Amino acid sequence: MIHVVAACSSCRAFTGDATQFAVEADTVRRMIDELDRRYPGFGDHIRRRMAIAIDGEIHQDALFAPLKADSEVCLIPRIGGG
Amino acid sequence: MSDVLDRPAAAPLDDGHLKVVGTRPIRPDGADKVTGKAAYGADLALPGMLVGRIKRSPHPHARIVSIDTRRARALPGVKAIVTAADFPDLASEEYEAGESAANLRDLSLNVMARHTALYDGHAVAAVAATSSAIADEAIALITVEYEVLPHVVEVEAAMAPDAPVLHAHMFTEGLAARPDKPSNIAKRNAITRGDLAAAFAEADVIVEDRYVTAAVHQGYIEPHACVASYAADGQCQVWSSSQGQFMIRTYCAKVLDLEASDIRVTPAEIGGGFGGKTTVYLEPVALALSRQSGAPVKLVMTRDEVFRASGPTSASVMHVKLGARSDGTIIAADVVLKFQSGAFPGSPVGAASMTALACYDIPNFSIVGYDVVTNTPKVAAYRAPGAPISAFAVESAVDDLARRLGMDPIALREKNAVRDGVKASYGPTFRNIGYVETLEAIREHPHYAAPLGPNQGRGVAVGFWFNVGGESTAAVNLNEDGSAVVISGNPDIGGSRASMAMMAAEVLGLPIEKVRPIVADTASIGFSMLTGGSRTTFATGMAVTQAAQKIVEDLKRRGALLMDVPVDQVDFVNGAVVCLDPAKGKADLTVAELAEKAAQTGGPIGAQVSLNAQGAGPGFGVHVCDVEVDPETGHVTVLRYTAAQDVGKAIHPSYVEGQIQGGVAQGVGWALNEEYIFDRGGRMENAGFLDYRVPVASDLPMIDTVMVEVANPRHPFGAKGVGEVPIVPPLAAVANAVRGAIGKRMTSLPLSPPKIRAAIDAG
Repeated sequence: MIHVVAACSSCRAFTGDATQFAVEADTVRRMIDELDRRYPGFGDHIRRRMAIAIDGEIHQDALFAPLKADSEVCLIPRIGGG
Repeated sequence: MSDVLDRPAAAPLDDGHLKVVGTRPIRPDGADKVTGKAAYGADLALPGMLVGRIKRSPHPHARIVSIDTRRARALPGVKAIVTAADFPDLASEEYEAGESAANLRDLSLNVMARHTALYDGHAVAAVAATSSAIADEAIALITVEYEVLPHVVEVEAAMAPDAPVLHAHMFTEGLAARPDKPSNIAKRNAITRGDLAAAFAEADVIVEDRYVTAAVHQGYIEPHACVASYAADGQCQVWSSSQGQFMIRTYCAKVLDLEASDIRVTPAEIGGGFGGKTTVYLEPVALALSRQSGAPVKLVMTRDEVFRASGPTSASVMHVKLGARSDGTIIAADVVLKFQSGAFPGSPVGAASMTALACYDIPNFSIVGYDVVTNTPKVAAYRAPGAPISAFAVESAVDDLARRLGMDPIALREKNAVRDGVKASYGPTFRNIGYVETLEAIREHPHYAAPLGPNQGRGVAVGFWFNVGGESTAAVNLNEDGSAVVISGNPDIGGSRASMAMMAAEVLGLPIEKVRPIVADTASIGFSMLTGGSRTTFATGMAVTQAAQKIVEDLKRRGALLMDVPVDQVDFVNGAVVCLDPAKGKADLTVAELAEKAAQTGGPIGAQVSLNAQGAGPGFGVHVCDVEVDPETGHVTVLRYTAAQDVGKAIHPSYVEGQIQGGVAQGVGWALNEEYIFDRGGRMENAGFLDYRVPVASDLPMIDTVMVEVANPRHPFGAKGVGEVPIVPPLAAVANAVRGAIGKRMTSLPLSPPKIRAAIDAG
């Protein structure tokens, strides 16, 4: 089971007080699909507004990035720059 | 002076024998720039080209009752006039066009006001005419009837319950329940960890203060400028100065409801961007004028327009409270950030929240951010958007904490520093970071132990930026003489042409003089996200390297054909294909020889790679600054400045040093002089470089740099983004130095002479 952390407040509009989730998934897409099944609309929010840090490395638009069984996945707001 | 501190690299291609990467060749754009031949946005002239001008609101908040263009249209030489009626009325939709998402309705309304002018300088109409004089006269002949509305400029005033509301449809996001009335607070975000109240109850020392920063502009030398041509068959061309030609294409298509495939955007040379050229202001207007007139139209902002109508970064009000044990362990942090976003939502308060405590391993914290609209220009990105602002508050508080604890400021930061394996305040676990090494670099630097004189003070501050990767395309083509062209889709705002050429030269075994880098238009290279987020040398550099590696594989195949040996019996060494079996007696084939025989081995040699680069390594900076304060005038002189930064691997060290020095210079200006000043009527009073004072060379000492190289294993040469980190620490480094010099904490930027005199006089 991968360990998903969604600490930012924009996620709580979908997940309520829950900020950590255990998810069975081997890719980012399957993880998002599972979270969307639990919290309808959350998947679209993740796809459009969130970056995904997998074991500390930040990914954007990486639906098919593989996840290991013990991966730590953090959902963080997408990052731009100047 | 510059130092490079090395840690063994883990980057795939850095075997310790690099020939080009890490050297300091002459910049490929240097000759054109120093001889005045570089073609910037305003330099293009086309046959029959018209001159555009924009009419702007003189009110910070007003309903547009009517716009009468009849007298202007009747003026001979006037060929087109557009207002919001000439643009589609877009629905609210988040759309990503090159880096982060923008709301298309807000973007369109910022380009041209519809119904309501939301800031002094907001565009309300535009003309195209056969001369500047006629265009100016036509602008004066357009009559706009306004109903002036109450306005609000200050961020906390805009948050007040009785503040004039800018957008009746805007209800604060991020609250537990949807509010029952609209507000200027667009969004509230929060990041929390641990039990804050309990931690403060355990703290031996608590520091707390309120901090204020002013809106400041990116201050690029080149104003926004473009030429647009809308042909009779609907094919459009745009030449413009921006940080991303693909971004310009997408936003023009959306704002004007055109097909992106009908628009070709050619990037001009860019005279500075710093984040401020990551959106559109002029290009859709020029296209609309060209569509109406049938002629190409040039639009160039004046400096006054740049200040009044293009994005500065946020003004802010912040509160920081820190709690620590007597041994210096910080156990609690409470941070509140209120950021001005200007006329539309979208301040960098989210990034400011994520970076505020990113250098510290603190078990209990709360960071709450507010994105607040005001009757001021919509903010745009500015180098590490938001991070310098929150760092000013947090690093000032950490400095106060060190003084209360009687600790050395570097030692306090080392004690609480994030390291590999520590969970960042914004969520992920850090890997391959060089923060502690960067702190050590400053601690051991001679500057840190140098004596200070009377009225002098020393300040230390640290800073963090994520750096990003993203989508990039690059092509490398070999010429028949064995030289190479590197083509990318990223405008060069900080030396990317040099770094692209160097990485290609390294892989191809060519001298750098044999590699020419080109920035191509949108029809000549595949998509790339814009140049920003410190991403280009990392992400586009990855594409360049992979394209060069594909060419190397192709050269090996071709060399094997010519040598008549199996391909697994050749290798590519120092720019030549060599046969691994000396018994065969095959002479090496250089790149030039292989290029000359390309027709015999399959035709032209080239490769293109498109990718979405992930895993950009975050960067950390540690700065130390010495100042002297004149107690009679309050003037601050920066005596000495040293900046250390984890840069991964410096591809072109001179450019990296330049990035660091440039970031420091801008940060010093932000700290000491720069601010948007509004009169009581909400109009900017200092929209020009005489009254809005950026640092000049005589204001600054030589800025020493220390490049700490902790390689990013995801980049072929170990590079990390370097362009944004260096602007994060200077605001607080200068403020902390002033604190040391005058013995008083200054919490409101800029630290202008009148404020410092007032603080000194207060005793």
